[in-house]
Amino acid sequence: MNLSRKDMLGIIDLSREEIDFILDTAESFKEISTRKIKKVPTLRGKTVITLFFEASTRTRTSFEIAAKRLSADTINISASSSSVVKGETLIDTARNLESMNPDIIIIRHSAAGAAHILAGLLEQSIINAGDGAHEHPTQALLDMLTIREKKGTMEGLKIAIVGDIAHSRVARSNIYGLTKMGADVAICGPAMMIPRDIDQMGVSVYYNMEDAIKDADVVMMLRMQLERQKRDLFPSLREYANHFSLNRDNIKLAKNDVIVMHPGPINRGVEITPEIADGPYSVILEQVTNGVAVRMALLYLLSGGKK
Amino acid sequence: MKLLLKGGRVIDPSQNIDTITDILIQDGKISMMKKDIPLPESDSGNDLKIFDLKDKIIAPGLIDMHTHLREPGFEYKETIRTGSEAAVAGGFTSIACMANTDPVNDNRSVTEFIHKQARLAAMANVYPIAALSKGQDGKILTEFGDLKNAGAVAFSDDGNPVADSGLMRHALEYAYSFDMPVISHCEDTGLSSGGLMHEGFISTQLGLQGIPGIAEDIMVIRDINLAGFTRTRVHIAHVSTAGSVQAVREARSAGINVTAETAPHYFTLTDEALKGFSTNFKMYPPLRGADDVEAIKEGLRDGTIDTIASDHAPHSSVEKDVEFEYAANGITGLETSLPLSLKLVHDGILTINQLIEKMSINPSNILKIPKGSLKTGSDADITVIDMNKIWTVDTDKFRSKGRNCPFNGWELKGKAVMTIVGGDVRYADSEL
Repeated sequence: MNLSRKDMLGIIDLSREEIDFILDTAESFKEISTRKIKKVPTLRGKTVITLFFEASTRTRTSFEIAAKRLSADTINISASSSSVVKGETLIDTARNLESMNPDIIIIRHSAAGAAHILAGLLEQSIINAGDGAHEHPTQALLDMLTIREKKGTMEGLKIAIVGDIAHSRVARSNIYGLTKMGADVAICGPAMMIPRDIDQMGVSVYYNMEDAIKDADVVMMLRMQLERQKRDLFPSLREYANHFSLNRDNIKLAKNDVIVMHPGPINRGVEITPEIADGPYSVILEQVTNGVAVRMALLYLLSGGKK
Repeated sequence: MKLLLKGGRVIDPSQNIDTITDILIQDGKISMMKKDIPLPESDSGNDLKIFDLKDKIIAPGLIDMHTHLREPGFEYKETIRTGSEAAVAGGFTSIACMANTDPVNDNRSVTEFIHKQARLAAMANVYPIAALSKGQDGKILTEFGDLKNAGAVAFSDDGNPVADSGLMRHALEYAYSFDMPVISHCEDTGLSSGGLMHEGFISTQLGLQGIPGIAEDIMVIRDINLAGFTRTRVHIAHVSTAGSVQAVREARSAGINVTAETAPHYFTLTDEALKGFSTNFKMYPPLRGADDVEAIKEGLRDGTIDTIASDHAPHSSVEKDVEFEYAANGITGLETSLPLSLKLVHDGILTINQLIEKMSINPSNILKIPKGSLKTGSDADITVIDMNKIWTVDTDKFRSKGRNCPFNGWELKGKAVMTIVGGDVRYADSEL
């Protein structure tokens, strides 16, 4: 099997078989990162550009490490947050990069659909590293890899996603992925952060955290996307923490072997208390480790690699 | 110069005419309408042009009461010349243009400038709509009397809603005293600001901030209440929601003087079109849901919606070839409005007579301009329509400078094949 697509723009159009295939491939790449010499020649001679129009530490470093461990040459470009500010349009930037013949372009942008513009325009493979509140496919894949490792399967699991769903691309990509894989997804957050008609995505909606995390196998906490909220949606962080924080009391409602996830960066004391973030249920740092493997797998597969 | 239009099916809702007959045009006016007007003797025929319009429909010149011609200020997007060329190519003999130019059309000199440019272009009749408030900033009314004398036909801050209900009340009252319509762009910005598309499942999927239908409904209901209270009248621009249609319907039956327009895209497309993030589907109000589209069609069918206007909003690639969230709102419409509207006839929602009524005498009555009729002695503004001509939209062939058209490549059935303004053939398909 191989991944017969040019780009990785979102989870919405991936099949269950494709997701399994990517996760299997990622699993086989994990071992490379534990070697003394953490490098294989798989993508030698390939050029990978990360084009980030939004600040990022984790995702960009993860992509860069993934590419380097496969021996690709990596170039990182940080651009100002919008083309309007910058003076050059996204399309012009893309055409200029294309002229230098890279093989894969990884883009993060604050505007939903930005990766789609590049994908429609360029011959190169485009990986969406997050576009506005739309999709963040590699985050969902690494989350699914982590859940699969810990639980063996996603089928039938109760997974609660709690936080600012409206502004979260992580939530959307995970909802698409986890529902495809047979999980029972509950979303939860303050009413103004639950987007309209989201139940049509096949999730159940809760406004009360206790109900959402009751008997959950997985609790995925999201932070408030303050930078994406167009106005003050919420009275205060204190009010938020009082009602939507995962803490040592409410976590008892979940299953005994619950795992706690967070895409980062975490806001300690807001959506998650330190003792939960650092506690025995937390797999937050394992998610980060798996991020490298998933991104290695995608770089490899989009370059035409076969398993 | 005389024109003789022979053998066409003349449909003139203003006189309840629907018959096959000839029309003679002389000195820019309709001089005679009767069956089998005899051809003059050959020696006197050298200034007579004869057109055989068998199987064609001859309608009063169509009127588009909502366009943006961008001049002065944004000539790279459109000029009064290119916009009025697009108008006649699309079958419109008269168009009204909104005031959101730079400078804003909020004073006599801009209104007069628009008239002058339109005269020089010598294509369609152009009727300026003046701003309702100075600078369209919603604070102080413009000089309605002076603007009327300069040739403005209506007042509107289109593009910006009038948020201040008190100002809107005064605008309705003062405009009514001059027998002038106020055209309201209905939008509650508290609900719409930051929004990029219709709020619903698709906006949730795409992660784009939504604009709920009620952002329009609430303001439509406010303006209807203001018009009722002040015993004046109001015209609702670009109706896009089921809620607005229902509000107008109820107001009308309660005796309130409210008229309404919609645009072809609101009965042709839904928010599903946004998947893929093409900026050619980005406009204000946004493309709505399937229920709204059905309600708009029903509103057209039962007469709640009086007229179809294109909301022609040309932009250059500078505004459109960018990320969805940064792209300007609006699509070009003059050259596709009639064909998209003809689909309502082909689909049995309207009769051709009803459609022509909505695109000629109705807007003429709303704007109180002496157009929209083929009565003997009236201006010879005529649109000739081929109901069945199959053609493909090609934006590269547009007269408009705007290429921001979501219908590029669509195969459409029916179009204007000849447009006559003041007895002068301003547009004709090559076959004629």
